[in-house]
Amino acid sequence: MSRAEAQDDRVREPAVATPGGPDAARTPSPLWSLGLLRSELLTTFRRWRTLALLAVLAAVPILVGIAVKIETSDGSSLGGGGGGGGGAGPAFISQVSNNGLFLVFTALAATLPFFLPMAIGVVAGDAIAGESSAGTLRYLLVAPAGRSRLLLTKYATVIAFCLAATLVVAVSALAVGALLFPVGDLITISGTRITYAEGLGRALLIALVVAASLVGIAALGLFVSTLTGSGIAAMATTVGLLITVQILDQIPQLDALQPYFFSHYWLSFADVMREPVYWDDLVKNLGLQALYAAVFGSAAWARFTTKDITA
Amino acid sequence: MAEPSATEPERPHQERADDAVIATRGLTKRYRGGQLAVDGLDLTVPAGSVFGFLGPNGSGKTTTIRMLMGLIEPTSGSARVLGRPMPRASRTVLPRVGALIEGPALYGFLSGRDNLLRYDAADPTADPRTRRERVAAALDRVGLAAAGGKKAKAYSLGMKQRLGLAAALLQPRRLLVLDEPTNGLDPQGMREIRTLVRELASDGTTVFLSSHLLDEIEQVCTHAAVMAQGRLITQGAVADLSAGARGRLVVTTPDAGEAARVLKEQGAADLVVDGDRVTAEPPERDLAEVNAALVAARVRVRGFVLERASLEDAFVALTGEGFDVAG
Repeated sequence: MSRAEAQDDRVREPAVATPGGPDAARTPSPLWSLGLLRSELLTTFRRWRTLALLAVLAAVPILVGIAVKIETSDGSSLGGGGGGGGGAGPAFISQVSNNGLFLVFTALAATLPFFLPMAIGVVAGDAIAGESSAGTLRYLLVAPAGRSRLLLTKYATVIAFCLAATLVVAVSALAVGALLFPVGDLITISGTRITYAEGLGRALLIALVVAASLVGIAALGLFVSTLTGSGIAAMATTVGLLITVQILDQIPQLDALQPYFFSHYWLSFADVMREPVYWDDLVKNLGLQALYAAVFGSAAWARFTTKDITA
Repeated sequence: MAEPSATEPERPHQERADDAVIATRGLTKRYRGGQLAVDGLDLTVPAGSVFGFLGPNGSGKTTTIRMLMGLIEPTSGSARVLGRPMPRASRTVLPRVGALIEGPALYGFLSGRDNLLRYDAADPTADPRTRRERVAAALDRVGLAAAGGKKAKAYSLGMKQRLGLAAALLQPRRLLVLDEPTNGLDPQGMREIRTLVRELASDGTTVFLSSHLLDEIEQVCTHAAVMAQGRLITQGAVADLSAGARGRLVVTTPDAGEAARVLKEQGAADLVVDGDRVTAEPPERDLAEVNAALVAARVRVRGFVLERASLEDAFVALTGEGFDVAG
């Protein structure tokens, strides 16, 4: 239906055209399918809850930056310490007072074990279950959004949120670091010196790796979301799984299983700061995330496309 | 179909499967708990009808509607909507179907207009270039043009119901499925919905209207089906259904005794005299003759009315029970 026709209809008879109108051939463009993704992104990022999660994530680098600044204001440098990485985190924090760029790595190391995946768990867990408990799912499906299309759209939006959340942490840390600490050439973990520009490139690469590290829990959360009709239950389950896996990953007796935990290689992103970059664990991490995305993505699809929508 | 409440006795064979907008054969849904929600439903909704889908709460109406809309997979049997099998043909069928299922559901944090924009975006056949205009027209049509910018969580139940209707009217539709559309509306709102339904029907849209309000169905529907405990009890033109329970002749007169005698002479049965009201089963002959006979016998007639049987009478006659929730 062309724009002119639509306006014509509006003059005569608002919203519903003459008989035969419904049968008039509409030739939908394949691009129109993307309208749902656009709507989903807009809806997600306009939600007060999403903005609050991002604000919390943006606040973490500010707090870490201020804490380091206060600790080192007498001129001394910080002793080596894990950046909140459950003891296994890389010792970036001691470098922050020398170079503000290290605040990016510190902030990502501090948020990756819990804050970031928790935010993803909330958004992913709510993706289908939230629509279901609000009843809006049935109207999306009779629109008809198409079950596979809706699920893909939801997953794409959760991935977009992973990227946005990681970038919020990185950009906030970059700004706070540049404001409170000197910036310039930096020393890699291997002891070599790289320029600030190259350091920025590595920081971006790390942010992307961190975002990719969240793909697994995003798929897991989406799968949980297809199992229940309650958004809160799905969010709680996903975050609960996250905490459980994080704890199990610390138990030495389970070392045979640990390489299969989605969080096991998360802190491997520090290897990007080696010279040359040490890729082994990074690749293992990305492969593991892809495996989780495939397994739980398929499970979510199998569940969602056959589910009776009674809410 | 200019007057949907009028009946069409000259088309008794409308319920042919080929021009049916909805046709189910042995449609059955047994939920996982073993509960049989819908049992062997053979429903035929003729094109162009305003079809009332009646039944007490819990009789399986909503499960049926969800199966028709592809939300629930039938346990057995088949359902065809607009001539195509559901849920397999959802993608081609549903863009031409507007639906309001079990009340409206909205994103409270979005404005009414943004809710409609989102639902419209979910339809891959909806042209994004006309989206804003169509949303504005739909809001206008349900009387929400002024409240379109308000957050949906601030809407009253009636406004939410209207917004749900607007979502069903975003595109020209061949079939509108309205599940309890007047829930939560004030009498004025109910009347507006009935007018809207008649308007849509006169445009050629088939309207499938589920309700537990019998007089609502009687006022707007041309056809009706009655469900109870998962089974279809009857379906057909509203006139035929009410005809099952015959109307009564009511004569109001100060000369009640004499009137009763004359009516009996004229062949009326089951006479009941109550003060100045005489009611009877009408005789087979022309009622004008009956009235003339009354006047000839010098009966002073104040009122002479044939009270049509209501659908409720028909329902009670059919089921032999009241309109209660199935146990």
